Amino acid sequence: MARKFVKALGFGATLAASLALAPTAFAKDWKTVVIGMEGAYEPWNGTDPSGKIVGFEPDLVMDLCTRAGFECKIIAQDWDGMIPGLKAGKFDVIMDGMSITDERKKEIDFSKPYAVSPGAFLAPKDSPLAKATGAGALINLDKDAAAGDAAIKGVQAALKGKTLGVQVSTTHSNFASEHLKGVADVKEYKTADDRDLDLKSGRIDASLDDYTVVAATADKPDAKDLAILGPRFIGGMFGAGTGMGIRKSDADLTAKFDAALAAAVADGTVKKLSEKWFKLDIAPQS
Amino acid sequence: MDFDFISKTFVRLLAALPLTLSVWFLSVVLGALIAAGVTWMRVSGVKPLEWFARVYVLVFRGTPLLIQLFVVYYGLASLPAVRASFAWGFLRDAFNCAVLALALCTAAYQAEIFRGALLAVPHGQVEAARACGMSRLLMFRRIIFPIALRHGLPAYSTEMISMVKSTALVSLVTLWDVMSIALKIRNDTLVTYLPLILAGAIYFVFNYIIGAGFLALERRLSPHLRPRPS
Amino acid sequence: MGDLAIFGFGPGGWGLALLEGALMTLLVSACGLLIGGAIGGLVAWARLSGKLIAGGVGQAYAALFRGLPELLIVYFVYFGSSALLTGAANALGHEGFVGVPSFAAGALAVGVISGAYQAEVFRAAYLAMSRGELEAAVSVGMNRALLFRRIIAPQVLRFALPGLGNLWQVALKDSSLISVTGLTELMRISQVGAGSTHRPFAFYLGGAALYLVMTIATTRFFDVAEARATRGMRRATG
Repeated sequence: MARKFVKALGFGATLAASLALAPTAFAKDWKTVVIGMEGAYEPWNGTDPSGKIVGFEPDLVMDLCTRAGFECKIIAQDWDGMIPGLKAGKFDVIMDGMSITDERKKEIDFSKPYAVSPGAFLAPKDSPLAKATGAGALINLDKDAAAGDAAIKGVQAALKGKTLGVQVSTTHSNFASEHLKGVADVKEYKTADDRDLDLKSGRIDASLDDYTVVAATADKPDAKDLAILGPRFIGGMFGAGTGMGIRKSDADLTAKFDAALAAAVADGTVKKLSEKWFKLDIAPQS
Repeated sequence: MDFDFISKTFVRLLAALPLTLSVWFLSVVLGALIAAGVTWMRVSGVKPLEWFARVYVLVFRGTPLLIQLFVVYYGLASLPAVRASFAWGFLRDAFNCAVLALALCTAAYQAEIFRGALLAVPHGQVEAARACGMSRLLMFRRIIFPIALRHGLPAYSTEMISMVKSTALVSLVTLWDVMSIALKIRNDTLVTYLPLILAGAIYFVFNYIIGAGFLALERRLSPHLRPRPS
Repeated sequence: MGDLAIFGFGPGGWGLALLEGALMTLLVSACGLLIGGAIGGLVAWARLSGKLIAGGVGQAYAALFRGLPELLIVYFVYFGSSALLTGAANALGHEGFVGVPSFAAGALAVGVISGAYQAEVFRAAYLAMSRGELEAAVSVGMNRALLFRRIIAPQVLRFALPGLGNLWQVALKDSSLISVTGLTELMRISQVGAGSTHRPFAFYLGGAALYLVMTIATTRFFDVAEARATRGMRRATG
């Protein structure tokens, strides 16, 4: 009886020990890396009718993985399940137009940015933004603080009492909360498409988003009354760029991607892909 | 345990509770009014009205609320005719659209509950009332309504709770209720479960209160239906 | 591409993807309803048994899964069961994440939620049964299994059908929340299509139309079943 008990105890202890130790017991030898994308954020990543994920990010990550020497698998995941999926290990990388922010860096690591595009305003052609300070110019908030301040004040004046639409949880909504709360009525939308619908119907007076998204909307035939107006911002709150989200415990994977990315930037691959999908160059400069 | 984060998150969630509650309450009340009208049409005996009521219930129960919300807020706004009309003053506001869309949806479910409750009134009682010479209005007020109320309460309680959970969809139209704020905190900070657990606790407590309230009402209204000693 | 052409079946047409999504929705909702039936039956039995602990557990289950937002339940069922499975697999030497297949997780989540409501429907149906028939069956000498099979189950089903028909529609709608598991059901396909082609109206209205068609088709089934089961019952109004 006692022997059976001891055996059971021993088995239980081994099971418990292996459950506790299993995740950390092996240093990862990366052969296949699983990437999570939404597939609903065209042109960054979209889905074609057959279910295949296509876009700037799928093309880029395939290139990076070839450089880094492992195989990449892309799986679709909707945004709400993206973070738990990364943490649970369902995939190893989040690559979904995710902005690098200090707040997020507390929970996960980011690769170096693979795209840095300015924030821009979209508004009806007769909006006061057309005449705001710095309209039409690209203002770098890091390098030119004086011009940055003037431009921000100009935007505040132009949008006073008006309604601005931003997408939730982006650097643009952070910028709007920081500088435009109390000046304009800031409305946050779950998706950029929803916000664009409200811009077209006149519920909001302007929208602030990534230049790539804004340019794509302005291109469409039903946006003929809208134009990209006011200053475009880069640096400061907008500057960190878009990066790949990787678990903190996988620092070696982050290093591998950083190395591959540096090579891809250096030989112009990122620029080429960016021009293919966005019709403009948003490759990081370094 | 990062108590600072927990308390800050909890406070932010509680700050969104008034929005959730006001959307819920207004849509439920408006929905009840619409449902009363739809039910009346359904039992009126006038064929076109009955047909309209049946189609209304079918469409609003058969399509997801998310899409209904989308159509009421974005869909109507995209029609130039709507934008030019007097309704635009009302429909322009996100809160109004949310309440309207939720009310239209719950009205369909409530109409079905009302109908089921009316069906549960024993036919014998209606016959007896007619035999006594009661007018239709008196019969409704003294016989049908009290009995139907008792029968409909459990299902109505479920619908009330369901509506609380449905308010979580209003972030589609820029209203940030408790669940949406929790999801936003998740996206901003990438903390996976804590905001959801806190939001879940808030919803659970509120739903429990509603459930308990209706149960107490049921008990009061039906002393003769309490579980028999077995 | 023209507005209606986007739903076509040729290359670039989303018609097939949408139909596949609708089929997936039907399957996962049906499995969820069945799982919910099993859970609901168990919970109802626990609450009707009269025993204190069983009744308490049943009541707690119902209160918990009716009071929590469905999205949370879907998360916890999916990631919780995946964590358990991963833990077990890691203990047996397998490396890395083991996910519960998204269909199973989705059906389970829908079932767990549906079960809480189905328990209430079954319980009300049981209480609405005629006590006289139960007494008569017992006095005739039926054993418990026969009693259940010939008397209780048919009558409970008859009273529960309207409620179950309602819960089926709820299950169809709840299935739209399991997109977090990655399952390509109808709502997810609509959202992916809308985001990939920037045509939200086309896809949301198309998705709504498909949901409506599914509802109409399956409700016919429940209506026929209800009509057959309630033959001979008189009602106060038409």
